[in-house]
Formats: sequence, C-alpha cells, structure tokens
Amino acid sequence: MLSRVAERLYWMARYIERAENTARMTMAFNTLALDMPRTVELSWRGLVLAATGADAIFDEHYQREDERNCVKFLIADSYNPGSILSSLRAARENMRTTRDLVPSEAWEIANELYLFARDNADAGLTKRGRFDYLTSVVRRCQMLTGLLAGCMSHDAAYDFIRLGRNLERADMTSRQIDVGAIRLLARRDDPEPYEGLLWISVLRSQSAFQMYRQHVRRRINGVDVVRFLLQDVPFPRAVAHALSRAEAAIECLPRNGIPLRLVIQARRHVLDADVDGLVRDEGLHGFIDQMQREIAGIHNAIAATWFPADRVQDAA
Amino acid sequence: MPIDWKAYDPSPFYDELIEARGRPRAAARRITDYLSSLDDAEIQARKLAAEHAIVEMGISFTVYAEGENIDRAWPFDIIPRVIARREWARIEAGLVQRMTALNCFIDDVYNAQRIFADGVVPEYVIAESKNFRKQCLGASPPHRVWAHVCGSDLVRDRDGTVYVLEDNLRVPSGVSYMLENRQVTKRVFPELFESTSILPVDEYTSQLFDMLAAISPRPQDYPSVAVLTPGIYNSAYFEHAFLAQRMGAHLVEGADLCVGDDDCVYMRTISGLERVDVIYRRIDDDFLDPEAFRSDSLLGVPGLMRAWRRGKVGLANAPGAGVADDKVIYTYVPAMIEYYLDQDSIIPNVPTFRCVDAKERAHVLERLEELVVKPANESGGYGMLVGPQSTKKQRAEFAQLIEKDPRNYIAQPTLGLSVAPTLCDEGLEPRHLDLRPFILQGVRTDVTAGGLTRVAMRKGSLVVNSSQGGGSKDTWIVDEED
Repeated sequence: MLSRVAERLYWMARYIERAENTARMTMAFNTLALDMPRTVELSWRGLVLAATGADAIFDEHYQREDERNCVKFLIADSYNPGSILSSLRAARENMRTTRDLVPSEAWEIANELYLFARDNADAGLTKRGRFDYLTSVVRRCQMLTGLLAGCMSHDAAYDFIRLGRNLERADMTSRQIDVGAIRLLARRDDPEPYEGLLWISVLRSQSAFQMYRQHVRRRINGVDVVRFLLQDVPFPRAVAHALSRAEAAIECLPRNGIPLRLVIQARRHVLDADVDGLVRDEGLHGFIDQMQREIAGIHNAIAATWFPADRVQDAA
Repeated sequence: MPIDWKAYDPSPFYDELIEARGRPRAAARRITDYLSSLDDAEIQARKLAAEHAIVEMGISFTVYAEGENIDRAWPFDIIPRVIARREWARIEAGLVQRMTALNCFIDDVYNAQRIFADGVVPEYVIAESKNFRKQCLGASPPHRVWAHVCGSDLVRDRDGTVYVLEDNLRVPSGVSYMLENRQVTKRVFPELFESTSILPVDEYTSQLFDMLAAISPRPQDYPSVAVLTPGIYNSAYFEHAFLAQRMGAHLVEGADLCVGDDDCVYMRTISGLERVDVIYRRIDDDFLDPEAFRSDSLLGVPGLMRAWRRGKVGLANAPGAGVADDKVIYTYVPAMIEYYLDQDSIIPNVPTFRCVDAKERAHVLERLEELVVKPANESGGYGMLVGPQSTKKQRAEFAQLIEKDPRNYIAQPTLGLSVAPTLCDEGLEPRHLDLRPFILQGVRTDVTAGGLTRVAMRKGSLVVNSSQGGGSKDTWIVDEED
C-alpha cells in the first residue's frame, strides 16, 4: 500500500482517539467539579495541560484560566490543534483522502461526527449542554472504531489504523497519569479528604472506574490507580495494553525491525516499573516523562519506516 | 395525476423522446408509455428512490466554496434520454473516425509535420497554441496513439442534425457519472430493463484497464497501473477514486511517485519503492513534471517526461495530446479526416468562424449579437459570450478581446440545443441537453454505448456544466428491432 495512504489512516485513527479522550477527560473533570465543595478551587488549566499538553498555546490566546475559557479551548478552539473540533476536522480530512480504502459508512460517520461537533459546539460550551455534547462525541467515535473493526478487512490499512489508535491512547493515558490528580488541585491546603474523588475522576476520564472496581478490590488509592492505568494488560485503555496492541499491529507490517524493537522495549519498561517505589520516591513524573519520550520515539520510527520521507505530518 | 404527453410541448426545439405533441419516438415509446402508467405519487417515489440511491452510493462532485470543500450530491433526472441503436451506430462510426484522425494529426504535429507542409493546416495555429508542447517533438508513444481517452461533446440542433461541439483530449471527466447513472436507473426502473433492449455501459472500466495495460513498457508482466490525481481539492476527485477502485489500480498523487536513476517511475509504498508501468494521469500537462513544464508545480512528478520519452512508463493521455483540444484546431478536423483517412467526416462540426482570419473576424464582430464566442483553450463553459443573452457592454468587451488576440477566439451560431422531458420543480418540462460519449483508443477503439447526457436544469438555460447548475440523465441506446 502507498506510504501516503498509510500515513493518513494512521493519523485519522490518532485524531479520532484524541477527540474521544479529550471528550472523556473534560466530562470526568466536569463531574468532579460539581462534586467539590466550593472552598476547593479546581484548576481548569490543569485539565488543559493534562488533555493537550498545549498550555503555551492556551496562554497565547487567553488571559484568564477560568472554566469557560478552558472548556472552549478543549472543545472548539481552532487555535488548539488538539481540541475536539480540530481533531475531528483533521480525522475527517485524512479519511476523505483514503475513502477508497475504508468502508463507505465509515466516511459517512466521520463526516457526520465532524458536522455534529461543529454545529453543536455552542451547546457543548454551556454547563447544561456539555454532558450531552461530550457523550455524543464519545459514542460516535466509538461507533467509528467499531465499524472499522467490524467491517474493514484486517489488512495493512487496518494495521495502521490500530497502530495510530493505540499509540495515541498510550500517550493520552500516560499523560493523564502524570498530570493526574495532584496537579489538578490549584491549592493544596488540604487535599487529603478529596483524594478518593480525584482518583475516581482520573479513572472516569479513561472510563476505567467500573473495570477498576471489578479488578482491584481495595479502597481507592493513588498507587493502585496508577498501577491499573499503567500496567493492567486486560484493560484496553491501560498503557501496557495499548502498547501490546500497537506491537501486534507492527508485527504484521513489512520492514518492521526498528519500530518493533522500540515498542517491545517500551512495553517492557511499563510492565517492569515498580509503581510503589516510583510513588514513594517521587519518581513517577520522571518515569512518565521517559515513557512519553519513548512513545514519541516509536512514532518517529514508524514515520521514518513507512511514511513518505518528504512530508511527514506534524506530530502536534 | 399521471403524465399527459399531449400536454408536453417541446417546440420549437428538437425533442429526444417526443416526435410531435403526444407522439413519442419509436425508441422511446416503452419509457413514455411506462411513465404515463404511473401516477404522481409513484413518480415522486421513484424520484426519491433515485435521490436515496445517489446519497447511499456516495455519488458526489466537489465544489469549493466558503473556504471549504463541499461534496454535493450528483444532480440527476430519472427520465432517461433515448437514442435509437441505428442512429447510434452512425455516431459511433463517426467518433471512431474522428479519434483516429486526431491521433494521426497529433503524431504528425510532433514528428513529420506533413499536414503543414501540404498546406492543409497552417503551421502558425500550432506555434501559437497554448497546448502545443515542444518537449514532445520527436516522441513516439506506443501504437503512435497520443490521445487514449477522449470525451467529445455532441449537440443536436433544431433540425435533428448531430454536431461535434468539441473534443476533450486533455483530461475529460464525467465517465464515472455515466456508469453511476446507469446503476441508479436500474434501481429505479428495473421493469424497463426487462422489457427493453438497452445496450450495457458497464464494460468501460475493464476496457480502460485493457487499453492502459496495452501501453505498458513491460507488456509480458501483469502491469502496475496508477491513476494520478491532483488530490481531493479537484472537482473530479470522486471520479479519480472511482476509476482507480474499479480498475484495481492505485490512486496516487504526485508526491507518491518518483523517477529513479534508471528513469523508471516508482511509487512509495510501505514496503519500499515499487515500479509503476502505466499512469492514467488526470493532471494537466502544465503540472505533470516540474522539470519539463511549470517548475512551481507541486502536483507533478519530477522526471516523468524523461521516463515517458525513454519509454519506461506509459502515460495516458500522452503529454502534448491536448494540442488537438483547441477550438481553432477543431475547425480543421474535417480537413484532417479527409487528409489522413481519405474519408468524408460522418459527424459534422458546428459551422465555426475563425477570428484569426480577417474576413471571418469582421463578420463575427458585426454579428456578435447572434453568435456564441469562445476562447480557444478554455473548458468548463468559462470565458464565453452567448450573443443573444449578452449586454452591450459585454459585447464591447469581447470585441476588444477578439481584436487583441484573434487567434484565441472562435465564434459559432447559437444552436437551438435539443431538449428532453425532465422532472423539474414545475413538473414535466423540456430542458436542453448535450451528450458526452467517451472514446478509448489504443490497439483498438471502443466507444461507450451512449455517454453522459448533461442537462441544463434551469428553464431556458443552455449551460449544462455541473459546476454551473447542470444535471444529468442516463442515456439509453435502444435496439428497436429487438
């Protein structure tokens, strides 16, 4: 298959996954904000950082880091290449150019998804309309993923789709763990009483709360949550799971030497991590930082191996 | 209320389906009878079914508007345009004849130039043609065929005479819509296909593939064929994707291809570079190869001309083939047919005045109000003056344009294009139409059975281009003797 086509399918999948994750995170944070006593001020800016890592762009365009601005930045901002709307637009454009390879319903869903997100963005910005809007985005993203899984031949084209999806997922989940609960609190006067709520929110933003409860039968605590989101192989949104799926996709592709070596290495680092120790010695941030660099390294190896050399899309 | 053919009045124009008020033509009788057997609700239901089919099948064309690409559903009228097989046989022969002469001409222009030496066509028309490519001089593509795919526009005047209006030899589009129109009609009127002998059109994409395969530099192998598109922003992108899919060819953009040190063309795939044997290019000459033509082109492939000249890759249509796609050259086609084939042309040209000729120019300038003036090298219906519908100011503008660059203008009488019954918002009404059959020439020549009928959906309008509010109809070549 053509390198250009591989690249577009890969990015299409990444953008869909990014939009879905951003929608989940915003939704979870929103729920948390409603639960918190008014004395505790949540940092919406922390959410921006967790979801996009694009706080520099935010600072460029906004004076105040209040709820309205942050949510606008995440949902509908065209300055923010990681906003839900920007991601969906990019996903749609990538799919437009590969329409001949994906089932035609998939193009229709991607097209409708973008149009829905664009036409209803205003409702998504209001407190009342936000939940419906975000839920709808998540569901439609899932519908697209399901359709591709169920109706598209699992050939090289599909391998690039699941590669993109899983790499993006590993990236988003690890970023969430990092910025996670601690940084979401602007003031740390007395965070202890709400720690449980915060970690639940982190789990919710990966739709992991229910699965976590089924598998970890202890009082919710930070170490267990981090371990679950990082290392739980059966849970599809855990970093270790996403990396193992990316690995499976890479295994099917030709000339896969370098990317395969890197993804195996990264997965091993995740599984071998001593989460207790990392949390105790405050080494978690450094570890996640390293993790993110490894994920970026896998992406670069994928681009160098399979994508056209002269115009690789910006990783932003 | 069912359709009452006695109430339908196409006059003063020639109607493709109706001979005279209330009297259908023989080839169209089955469809007109059938339509009058349906009541209004049933007709609306069929119309709706067609609209659904079009959306469902994703038949669209792209319009660039408001800074965004919009895919519009293909505008389609369910009532087919019918041509009797016997009449079609003559048209088909005429198209084969024309295409053969045009290819002789192009090959002659780039090689011996006998036709100039013999004084049949003046040499200056080539020297000043925008589509003449000096980079092609001396080239000899396989079978000496340059234009492999041609879409000729046919129109019918009031008296029923069919004329060739123009030959599109660069990158003619529309064939995918012809094929899709047939699919839609089969869904809408399956009964009629059982009772009427309608010539099939489905073979086109396999004929196209065979023609392309026949110009492969490695004919012994299964050739690797690619369709080269300028990309999604092109209005015919749907068609490029459609043809690639139907032929099992790769749909590539310029950046997917490169020319190696061995002058072969390769595409960049996930397994590395793979050789390409034949390229069906849907990019204009100008953008094809920045080394040979416009150096600022980002759409093309550097070195592609070199590869083609060395016979390492087949290109359809060959670069430079557009030289015959020029409205001044067009006026010489009957002369070419006589010169190369020693035959009289079967389908006539529309009588055309060449503004470059002082006498004819004077005549044109005097009668701008009656004539249609066209630039020699434009397509898509742009840059025209339709005399009877023009303002004084427009005529003055065109008079100036003609004086300034007479070589670039021709003028033709305003034809009373034929009409066919069309379902409009106002009900059943006559609308003007034309026909674009597609001709494939390689070792053999194939003509589509019918072609793409384009309809001007607005009342009284003669503009059939989809970019300007035109629609289309399925075209039936019907065997009456069956």
